[in-house]
Amino acid sequence: MIQYAIRRLLLAVPTLLGVSMLVFGILRMLPGDPATALAGVHATQEVVERIRAEHGLDKPIHLQYLGFMKDLFRGNLGKSIRTALPVTTEVVSRLIPTLELTAVSMVLAVLLGVIVGVISAAKPYTVFDYGSMLGALVGLSAPVFWLGLMLMLLFSLQLGWLPAAGRGDFRHLILPSVTLAASSVALIARFTRSTMLEVLRSEYIATARAKGLRESRVILRHALSNAMIPILTIIGLRFGALLSGAVLTENVFAWPGVGRLVVDSISARDYPVVQGAVLMIAVSFVFINLVVDLLYGVVNPRIRYD
Amino acid sequence: MLKRLVKHKLAILGALIVLAFLVAAAFAPYLAPRDPLKSSLREARKPPSPTYPLGTDHLGRDLLSRIIFGTRVSLLMAVISVGIGLAVGTPVGALSGFYGGATDMVTQRIVDIMMAFPGILLAIVVVAVLGPGLWNAMLAVGISFVPTYVRVVRGAVLELREREFVEASRATGASGLHIIVRHIMPNCIAPIIVLSTLQMASAILWAAGLGYLGLGAQPPTPEWGAMLGEGYNYGMIRVAPHVTIFPGVAIALAVLGFNLLGDGLRDALDPRLRGRL
Repeated sequence: MIQYAIRRLLLAVPTLLGVSMLVFGILRMLPGDPATALAGVHATQEVVERIRAEHGLDKPIHLQYLGFMKDLFRGNLGKSIRTALPVTTEVVSRLIPTLELTAVSMVLAVLLGVIVGVISAAKPYTVFDYGSMLGALVGLSAPVFWLGLMLMLLFSLQLGWLPAAGRGDFRHLILPSVTLAASSVALIARFTRSTMLEVLRSEYIATARAKGLRESRVILRHALSNAMIPILTIIGLRFGALLSGAVLTENVFAWPGVGRLVVDSISARDYPVVQGAVLMIAVSFVFINLVVDLLYGVVNPRIRYD
Repeated sequence: MLKRLVKHKLAILGALIVLAFLVAAAFAPYLAPRDPLKSSLREARKPPSPTYPLGTDHLGRDLLSRIIFGTRVSLLMAVISVGIGLAVGTPVGALSGFYGGATDMVTQRIVDIMMAFPGILLAIVVVAVLGPGLWNAMLAVGISFVPTYVRVVRGAVLELREREFVEASRATGASGLHIIVRHIMPNCIAPIIVLSTLQMASAILWAAGLGYLGLGAQPPTPEWGAMLGEGYNYGMIRVAPHVTIFPGVAIALAVLGFNLLGDGLRDALDPRLRGRL
């Protein structure tokens, strides 16, 4: 287990290095002259030259990368072109709302997904089962931004029950997190159902029933606890989908997160911020995956470490 | 029995939906009642009526015609981006899985790096570099599909290369490339078909997502995601909600069609892929 953990940690190093190179490349791979792109269309030649020197764009590429990495370890990601604030400040202040939204959506997705999946598997081929699986199909197919707009249309604009945009008390969190969770609820519910149905066919379930256990105990205690391991795998895989969906959801609900920052910065050609925000999302994702992988080892004693 | 029938019916429903969109794309000029680009400010923001079955947008363009022509844009984007993922990811995955060793190690680390950018973010990074636009968005979505193809094809090849028929071919002195092309790839067709169908659904979603964010197709191109985004940006969700509702229905239906078809194909061609794809 310890050996596996170390190996897994070591594997994250080349990934993070590669991520840093790719993010470094965002600015240098811009078509044409990056300094001109940074300075904007109306900049004078002096401004362009100053920006070129400021970002070290006049040096050879490997030295630029070394400088980038040195700055990175000092927590210096450059300055935003729009606001002139340090990129680190901008990005870190936006990361918390994103993590908040993602975490709440994850809890929602797991709770709802597992509950619906278990009930569907316990009562298969009933109205509830067909209804919820149909709902899951819709949840998987509807684009997240459209779903968000429809919920906003219904609950904020028509009924006036919930705020349409922004971040504040927990009422602001309801629509964005439901929107973001929807496709994950659908996927987890479908997967829980099929895994549970498979487990419920095993012999030890027949034994448990033959012992005269109550059906609720058979399902929750004997079946669910064994179905949980594959379900956890799917849950672990959903973090990426949630972070990805957050980019769109934040834009719908004007949620001040890092995903919205990325999109706004691309539109404003604020490349230092694009770099910083993208780097932050990717690094968070690599760490979340690392933690998820290590947790499997704890949860599932059957896992093979080879 | 009932279960089987429903499964089967859902796959057929998926195929019918996909077919309907293909027909709409092919015959758009004949099916669309009006010119999708012709605006008329006097007719702006009209709710659905007999003249405009789905209403008009902020420039008075007929929404139904725009959605029908949008089928062309969305399907084209999906086919091309899935094509890019397929064309690059399949050979890389096959070589990586077949030869193993250092090739595999390096390839898998590169895939790890690409997968560190979750979902649509990799496509957004590509668009950030190349600039927004229809073709760049296709390329971006295509690139972000590459790692999935590499992983799936590699997984299939890893399993196949240990089989007897590969061993037999190797014993006759066949070259690695010959074995891959003649013996391994034909056995990878099923997962590739299933994956490609499901990726069509993702491609439509992602292309629409980029369009919505203003990073994909640019106005006046009738692209579903961009139409929805325009509908929202011009503050029309309150005064003319149909402009945001209908393009989304089109996206959801198309995605549903490909998902149902993909699920059905998976169960028919290769049930072992269940849970993996």
